[in-house]
Amino acid sequence: MKNTQIILNINDQIHEIMVYPNDTLLEVLRDKLDLTGSKESCSEGVCGSCTVQINGKPVRACLTLAMEAQETKIKTVEGLANKDELSGLQQSFIDHGAVQCGFCTSGMLMSADALLKKNSNPNEKIIAKAISGNICRCTGYAKIIKAVAHANNKQEHCPDCTINAITQS
Amino acid sequence: MSNLNVVGKPIPKLDAAQKALGRAQYIQDIKLPEMLYGKILYSKFAHAKIININTSKAEKLSGVYAVLTGKDVPKKMKMGFYKDNPPIKKDKVCSFRDEVAAVAALSPEIAEKALSLIEIEYKELKGIFDPEKAMEKESPLVHEYHKSNVLKLPWKLHYGDVEKAEKESDFIVKEKFKTTWVTHCCLGTSGAVALFDSNDNLTIHTNTQIPSLAQKDFLEALRSMGLENKRVRVIKPTIGGGFGSKLDTYAYEHIAILLAHKTRKPVKIIFDRKEEFKATSTRQPAIIYIKQGCNKDGKLTFRDIKMVLDNGAYTSWGATTPSVMMMPITSLYRVENVRYKAKCVYTNNTYSQAMRGYGNPQATFAIESNLDMLAQKAGIDRIEIRRINQNQPGDITPQGFKISSCGLSKCIDKVEKELKKDCKKQENVGTGIASLIHVGGGARIYKSDGCGVILKMDDYGKVDIFTGGTDMGQGLDNITAQIVAEELGLFVEDINVVHSDTDICPWDVGAHASRSTFVAGNAALGAAQKIKEKILKFASKILDASIKDLILRDRTIFVKDNSEKNIPPKSIAIDKLLRKAHFSPNGTMLMADYFYDPDNENMGKDFKGNMSVTYAFGVHGVKLTVDKETGKVEILDYIAAHDVGRAINPLLLEGQVYGGVVMGLGYALTEEVMHKNGENMNADFRDYKLFTAKDAIKIKAPVIETNDKYGPFGAKGIGEPGCVPTAPAIANAIYDAVGVRIKDLPITPEKVLAALKEKSLQE
Repeated sequence: MKNTQIILNINDQIHEIMVYPNDTLLEVLRDKLDLTGSKESCSEGVCGSCTVQINGKPVRACLTLAMEAQETKIKTVEGLANKDELSGLQQSFIDHGAVQCGFCTSGMLMSADALLKKNSNPNEKIIAKAISGNICRCTGYAKIIKAVAHANNKQEHCPDCTINAITQS
Repeated sequence: MSNLNVVGKPIPKLDAAQKALGRAQYIQDIKLPEMLYGKILYSKFAHAKIININTSKAEKLSGVYAVLTGKDVPKKMKMGFYKDNPPIKKDKVCSFRDEVAAVAALSPEIAEKALSLIEIEYKELKGIFDPEKAMEKESPLVHEYHKSNVLKLPWKLHYGDVEKAEKESDFIVKEKFKTTWVTHCCLGTSGAVALFDSNDNLTIHTNTQIPSLAQKDFLEALRSMGLENKRVRVIKPTIGGGFGSKLDTYAYEHIAILLAHKTRKPVKIIFDRKEEFKATSTRQPAIIYIKQGCNKDGKLTFRDIKMVLDNGAYTSWGATTPSVMMMPITSLYRVENVRYKAKCVYTNNTYSQAMRGYGNPQATFAIESNLDMLAQKAGIDRIEIRRINQNQPGDITPQGFKISSCGLSKCIDKVEKELKKDCKKQENVGTGIASLIHVGGGARIYKSDGCGVILKMDDYGKVDIFTGGTDMGQGLDNITAQIVAEELGLFVEDINVVHSDTDICPWDVGAHASRSTFVAGNAALGAAQKIKEKILKFASKILDASIKDLILRDRTIFVKDNSEKNIPPKSIAIDKLLRKAHFSPNGTMLMADYFYDPDNENMGKDFKGNMSVTYAFGVHGVKLTVDKETGKVEILDYIAAHDVGRAINPLLLEGQVYGGVVMGLGYALTEEVMHKNGENMNADFRDYKLFTAKDAIKIKAPVIETNDKYGPFGAKGIGEPGCVPTAPAIANAIYDAVGVRIKDLPITPEKVLAALKEKSLQE
């Protein structure tokens, strides 16, 4: 197999890298570019831990060949925050207790972020569907769904949150 | 207690931002200079003799640094408490997950290729896969040297007089229940990176819940390699889920050590998902024969349980789950006469390990299902029979457990109220409840149940906590930080929790038995109290006030304002005080260490003893509907009421309960590691059915605070209880809905349909 130079646009940075035709985007991100925020958990597109966005759509980096991702805009979890300024979704995950062991978190965030770009105020059913390809073993999903539902809302709009109840007291 | 500023607050997990930014470092993310990649070759048979292994082709492959077979493993290197499991097998394989060779190479791809070049000649032997058949004399032996497939383990108790009580009982229900293999499914797969320094001291980065006991295991491993008096440093990366899976040391860790020693380079082994399913251990499956009786008033008279446990081919903590099963068997509800006997039997299946609840979900499934049947036979309401027999504070159970606080009664009330909110009986809709008891104040299953903590304060009022406890996502970092911040009048932002390195952190027995909040929490509290004493002593001099008049709050030491109202209270900021202490003649810096070992007891020969300082209780209630056409169960409402002593952090507490319940629902309804003649048939997330977000249900999780007198700020453990009574609550609700009793897990639509069909044939 031939090693080829390709150009990838990742989080608005241009990377010139040598890849083999069978290198997956996940391998390139993690092993060649040290962008280890995207996680490998099943390597066959079932668990969603490796989810990144290509042109705003959530895709499995483990099933995407790096070469296929040329001439696209790739966004990984490292690109969600503006330096250390967390996105509303990231902050909501933190505040709502949606992060436990954290291994699924990157992928969850990327799936949810893609949904919120399309639909800024999704209901819980739509959220559950959008993240149904992301497996989490810690949370039972409830807090993740809540975090996504409230990502674009200020805390006063989520009366059912523990966090809010305490803030008020 | 009501004036708490930090304890009791839903403070987000301290490492949540690092994780949400994708910056947390898991074992997968660790890369060291000159690191090699290790891979393991597994057996092709469930039971076979190894006639010959030829590794010459693999050794010749460019980029391969080392190839190991069973011959390269020191004779004394054996894993597990029963010491029956060498990390690479030599003459014989006894299960499909048996390691037969391993390779270290420049890349994972080369290592994989090298494995494919190893030639092994096997002679297949007859396997045994049914533990009850394996007990028969003519069965093939899994380990010939052991002479029997039945393990020599002491699981047997009898308190009171079961036979007499049985004769005197008005109602008796005898049943058989069965639970199967399920597995942890940590999203972060297993892995380790091992390296030696030039003096043969080992550093191992590994996913573990037991850094101190792992250190001991690895020291033993080094000794077996002839490396005496060496040091072992265990470094935990961020752990991508534990749930009990990391409570023992595994072959991959030992193999990484052997490969690193042979190559003199760091060696990394990471499992892929298939390997994670096939080569890590499961929850202990159980065949349960239960008999329970009561008198006319519904008072339980006796409980008599026999179990056969499929041990698999090797022995890990799964074989010790009876020690925890004894807890619900002897102490869930008041029952004076109890008998229990369990046999662990070698088979050529996979072997089991610890998993959240540690035997308790299996035993509680049988007890609580059977109790519903008994209530029905006796004509007593299902909730009423639980009330009649409920545990009470001050009880000493037949096993000698001293119940300090007990919120069982309140949990029953809560669940009943929720379930009866909409009591109109609908067709195919049913409700079910089940209770639990679990250790909530440590569990003395090892010589020490302790945890060490070192605290140090700097010149700026900040604290570093070095704890033996382990955070694996459940939130021990917050618990210790909140407890210390509360005690010292600080904020959690002032606290840094270090829990990752045996070179730095003191000893702890491990993150098991829901013990960390209680034990590591009490250890942190003890250290904080020691520092507080020093602070107060120093402040009393500076502020010219008596120690009893000083209060620590908002990073400041105040003198209680008890007289002149117009004068602001005298105070000093804590950082200023610390600098005064440091930069003065004979200066001092504030540090403290504390080792907390709870006042619980090892179980004696008869298994009597107060295993835990306090016990956690809970009741789950479920309302569900069964589709009679498809057998599918849909959950309509779920209430999980838990006696937690006190919620140190309600946000993380909910996380434990929600996560536990959903894991329990998987156990009840969907999850099963399928084996066919010892071979794993569903080693991926497509065929191993986990709940997804689409299956997520609304869970109400009322918290009952009993303020246990021994707990840190009154807290008890809550890590495991969430998944304990889920399956029986579901089974009881299914019976209530459509009148079929499913006695083996998981309760799949196929089983429900088959039972419905059988029922209609009988009618």
